[in-house]
Amino acid sequence: MEALVAIAIGAMTAAGVYLVLRLRTFPTVIGMTMLSYAINLFLVTTGRLAVDKPPILHGHGNLTDYTDPLPQALTLTAIVISFGMTAVVVLLALGAFIEGGDDYIDMPESDRRETGGDHE
Amino acid sequence: MSHFIIAPVVLPALIGGLIILWMRHDMLLQRVFSTAGSVLLLGVSLYLAYYASGGDIFVYRLGNWPAPFGIVLMLDRLAALMMVLTAFLGLVVQLYGIGSGWDRKGWHFHALWQFQMMGVMGAFLTGDAFNLFVFFEVLLIASYGLMIHGGGGLRLRAGVQYVIINLLGSTLFLAALGTLYAVTGTLNMADMAVKVAEMPAEDTALLRTGAVLLMLVFAIKAALVPLHFWLPSTYANAPGPVAALFAIMSKVGVYAIIRFYTLVFPGDSVVEHIIADMLLPAALITLVVGQIGVLGGRHLGRVAAMSAVASIGTLVIAVTMFTPASIAAALYYTIHSTLSAAALFLIADMVAARRGGELWLSLRPKIRDSGLIASLFFMTAIAIAGMPPLSGFIGKLLILDVTRPDPWWIGIWSTILVTSLFAIVGFGRAGSTLFWLPFQLQRIERQAEAEGRPRPQGPIPPKLEPDEHIQDIEDAVSPAMTFVSTGALLAGLVLLTVFARPAMQMTDAIAEQLFDPAPYVSSVLIEQEGAR
Repeated sequence: MEALVAIAIGAMTAAGVYLVLRLRTFPTVIGMTMLSYAINLFLVTTGRLAVDKPPILHGHGNLTDYTDPLPQALTLTAIVISFGMTAVVVLLALGAFIEGGDDYIDMPESDRRETGGDHE
Repeated sequence: MSHFIIAPVVLPALIGGLIILWMRHDMLLQRVFSTAGSVLLLGVSLYLAYYASGGDIFVYRLGNWPAPFGIVLMLDRLAALMMVLTAFLGLVVQLYGIGSGWDRKGWHFHALWQFQMMGVMGAFLTGDAFNLFVFFEVLLIASYGLMIHGGGGLRLRAGVQYVIINLLGSTLFLAALGTLYAVTGTLNMADMAVKVAEMPAEDTALLRTGAVLLMLVFAIKAALVPLHFWLPSTYANAPGPVAALFAIMSKVGVYAIIRFYTLVFPGDSVVEHIIADMLLPAALITLVVGQIGVLGGRHLGRVAAMSAVASIGTLVIAVTMFTPASIAAALYYTIHSTLSAAALFLIADMVAARRGGELWLSLRPKIRDSGLIASLFFMTAIAIAGMPPLSGFIGKLLILDVTRPDPWWIGIWSTILVTSLFAIVGFGRAGSTLFWLPFQLQRIERQAEAEGRPRPQGPIPPKLEPDEHIQDIEDAVSPAMTFVSTGALLAGLVLLTVFARPAMQMTDAIAEQLFDPAPYVSSVLIEQEGAR
């Protein structure tokens, strides 16, 4: 199970990094989503992998016998934040596409070179 | 007293919410409420700083949950100093935003401004690593809105780049926090410090990984080379007042480095040597890259952005020494570089407003108020380059002084001194192109006219695309206010120079408190009801 989770995290991270490096907005948004999935999965595992264990100590049971609830709370927060951020990126990317005419992420030539005000 | 600690977070949140809910369509009300909020915030920060200056550490337990399970806010001298600096900068730059008319070029400027303040204040106050992440997100999401305020193709493009870099940074932040949690089993910074100190040295491999990941995150926020690529386009294309406010944002990264690597991973631990060994070369290269950018920049916004990168380099050089004296020097330089970088961005915006929104360093006809702006620019350039008599000189001297015990001091000294020369030449070139040569142009034209020759055809200002939202002097509500707020930042620099000794005593006291984390830890963990 550990190997499976590790491979899943690694594969998603690799896919995410590859897509982000495409430098086009749509692949990058997908890549960011992949990355945040990978990180969320990673966060869940930081409390150790424990299956079929209660998340909260009940009646002072054996200490080895529970799932750490905190990483799950962290993951929940992280999921919410990454949802919000994805929405922001999508809107911004759309705005940049409509205003600028293409979906490249790197800055256009006119940002680096004096063009006499003739942008794009 | 105890409930006042949360006021810097709650106050902007309330005012921002009020502005969005009830004042969306009334710019005057927004301006009044937002300014009043910033004034109050400055007042609260000063009040808290007064309390913290005694050396006590105040803890605010949200919902009265016991630490380390609940979330705590911590008020110590460092947090108080950073809050006062932020509140002052926020107020002054906001006045500039109102005076220059930037705030009505898009929606929700004031609300976003308040949320930004809330995020920055929260990041300084929090004593919990995960909450640091949350407050980073709060300040970032507000900064995304502010960054693209006013719109325009180029700005939106820079905004996308900025958002994506920061999202990657946030992802990395979560990975670092996850790693640290997996090792220490806690996210409370004081508790983490205890756990790290108890950890046997041979078990720290994962901990070191987490610490280095965390440093990468803070280095992205602080724009340390090689993680600085997002900064120039972002800052050069952001609206002037927003770029000026961002001067404090890169300092949040430096603050987090100082906080984490004095509290959680202090002096003798294995972790810190790695961090210092990696940070010092990065900081030196940052300084060189930044100052070469100042020297070679062809756009005033980029020159200002690169000088912000260079100032981070200088700052982190002092931080990496990790001695009380070096942290004190770094904090002094933080105040100086925040105020001076903000002033430079405001001046760049004033020039842009008078040149039809463009800042390329090329010959253009003389701008309005040229003399006044030129003198402000001259003062700011002197301060940033570190020439006497302004505080940049004192700051650099202090940093040179604290790096003396380092075996690499010759390298550090020569880097700082040589790159200062770059900055002087770069600013000299920018200033003469923007302010001096137009006078020459005017003189040649007058001479030609007097001799009856046809006027030489001077450069024609660029034609702007109709849909490009630009900053224009005609939009300014009150140009006088823009000068007053820029002047207030420079007055801050002058005060910092004149009262350098009290300022140093203050930063010394902060550093002393930082290097004695025991009271911090005990006030979080032990001095609470039902202590463990």
